[in-house]
Amino acid sequence: MALREPKLEPGNWKVAERGDTSVIALSGTWVARLMGVDGGAAQRVLGKKPHTITFESQTLGHWDSALIVFLSDLRDAAAATGVTFDQTGLPPDARRLLTLVSRTPAKARPKPTAPFVERVGIRTLSGCAELSKTNALIGQIVLRGGVAVTGQAATRASDVFCCMYDAGPAALAIVSVVNLLVGGILAFIAATELRKFGAELYVASLVGIGMVREMAALMTAIIMAGRTGGAYAANIAAMQGNEEIDALHSFGIPLFDYLIFPRILALTGMMPVLYAFGCAVGILGGLVVATVTLGMTTTSFLIETQHSLSGSQFTLGFMKSISFGILIAIVSCRVGLRAGRSASDVGKAATSAVVASIVGVIALDAIFDLCANVLDI
Amino acid sequence: MTDNFGKPRLCVDALTVGFGETIVQQDVSFKVAVGSIFAIMGASGSGKSTLLKAMIGLLRPAAGNIHIGEEDYWGASEERRGQIDRGFGVLFQSGALWSSMTVVENVALPLRMLSNLDDASIDSLSRIKLSLVGLGASGDAMPAELSGGMVKRAGLARALALDPAILFLDEPSSGLDPITGKRLDDLILELRDGFGMTVVLVSHELPSLFGICDDGIFLDADTKTAIAHGAPRALRDGCKHPTVYAFMHRENLASDPILPKETQ
Repeated sequence: MALREPKLEPGNWKVAERGDTSVIALSGTWVARLMGVDGGAAQRVLGKKPHTITFESQTLGHWDSALIVFLSDLRDAAAATGVTFDQTGLPPDARRLLTLVSRTPAKARPKPTAPFVERVGIRTLSGCAELSKTNALIGQIVLRGGVAVTGQAATRASDVFCCMYDAGPAALAIVSVVNLLVGGILAFIAATELRKFGAELYVASLVGIGMVREMAALMTAIIMAGRTGGAYAANIAAMQGNEEIDALHSFGIPLFDYLIFPRILALTGMMPVLYAFGCAVGILGGLVVATVTLGMTTTSFLIETQHSLSGSQFTLGFMKSISFGILIAIVSCRVGLRAGRSASDVGKAATSAVVASIVGVIALDAIFDLCANVLDI
Repeated sequence: MTDNFGKPRLCVDALTVGFGETIVQQDVSFKVAVGSIFAIMGASGSGKSTLLKAMIGLLRPAAGNIHIGEEDYWGASEERRGQIDRGFGVLFQSGALWSSMTVVENVALPLRMLSNLDDASIDSLSRIKLSLVGLGASGDAMPAELSGGMVKRAGLARALALDPAILFLDEPSSGLDPITGKRLDDLILELRDGFGMTVVLVSHELPSLFGICDDGIFLDADTKTAIAHGAPRALRDGCKHPTVYAFMHRENLASDPILPKETQ
């Protein structure tokens, strides 16, 4: 317990046999941090099958929990084998602490080991329950969304603007950088292959169509899932931990109006804007690569891009971006709402929200492409 | 274990603490005797926890110094301060258990990080600390599964992990029912007597202050300094300062602006 490490004789014990009694002489300084715990001590003492264990502590110096662990283990082992544990020779303070330990016998909590089939069943039921809650949330969004559109929801405009700024202008820089690079990468890939056929002009088509139909919406959604979706889930999970959600419930404030609707509105409203910006910046990235590596002129690149793009492709991209925005907002809010109340649950919620949003976005994108293929868009 | 009772374990001399330009407490001086339970008292917002932060190395004081034994705590190098910190055990107001670990892992972590002990020794030492605070059966639970009183006791077991010379307790019984609070107070007394630790306790819970504290200091939020020294019971029975008197007897201050005029 000294602030400086004690430089005394290290803790020790010796057994002397006196008839059917084992007398344990305790000596030296017992500091847990330095000497640890001798796990086999009790067995060595009881191996001689004494009737009684007594103690001598005249030469015992400074001690801490190392001594209490030693004595407690010995006492438990003695009780298990019917040996009398006579603690009168111990220091009064140690006897007091031993009494404290004896009041609460350590019991190993039996770990539930449910059979495999039961575990599968529990997982399945919990998955169904989660699906049902998510469906309920979607239903609530549809019903309350209708109310909100008519301006009758209790949503605060300042919350919506705050969420919109966070999901829009604040994300512009990272969306620009990623889409610029993706546009450039598409142009590089196209240039490598199309050059072989003397069809360099079609680099512009590939970049334009690639960005507008697919990449601008997809990459923007992935960025927003990681950046904004994760933040939504972490924010709502932290509110769970602070009982802020309980406080909203206690006042009867609809969670949808206060928490979820502003986020869905913000992400749904900002995603198409970011998508449009992403398209423009992506095409710019392709233009830079095409002019530098293929020697194309800016005019020919832009004209070719204009010819290759159609309104339906833009419509497809816009629909994708809106759907991705709704999906990310719903998934993130749902994950945040079902989170636990500890600090680690906040981290888990953020991770789950990002993973689920990205997987959901890619799956939804595949469905969109399938439909577009069938409809020949 | 309390042979040195009466000698100062911790000396605070003309200490001023605050945040930036804001002074929370100034010119606070006191000594904590070895083996005593010392109370830092005062109303909410008087700076008790801020003073505690300066004592456990979380907030550098604006002026004054703190001696741990013979050593100037804030005058020491950061490395030496880290070594001194290993002689401290701290129970935070919220328990501050690490939520991603089980209770026994919470207690084991300081031993795992700061000692070279083998896993079996660390496990035995951690579980005995939990048994001492009455949580022997809850070692494998997660902090989120514990009740408020259990969280405090688990925090206390963690504070005992390195067998500290000085135990700092921030509002140990606040938020607990009277029976659980009393049990925790008794536990603190028994652990102090058993291990011979020095205890510094921040509290405004009168039953705890009167029940277990040997000495103390009263911090005032208005004058931003200590206005009374002594054992809480002695201050209750003998101190005439109106703020201290009102605090110790749960009475309204005569100058309280929220009181109706006729009662002032």
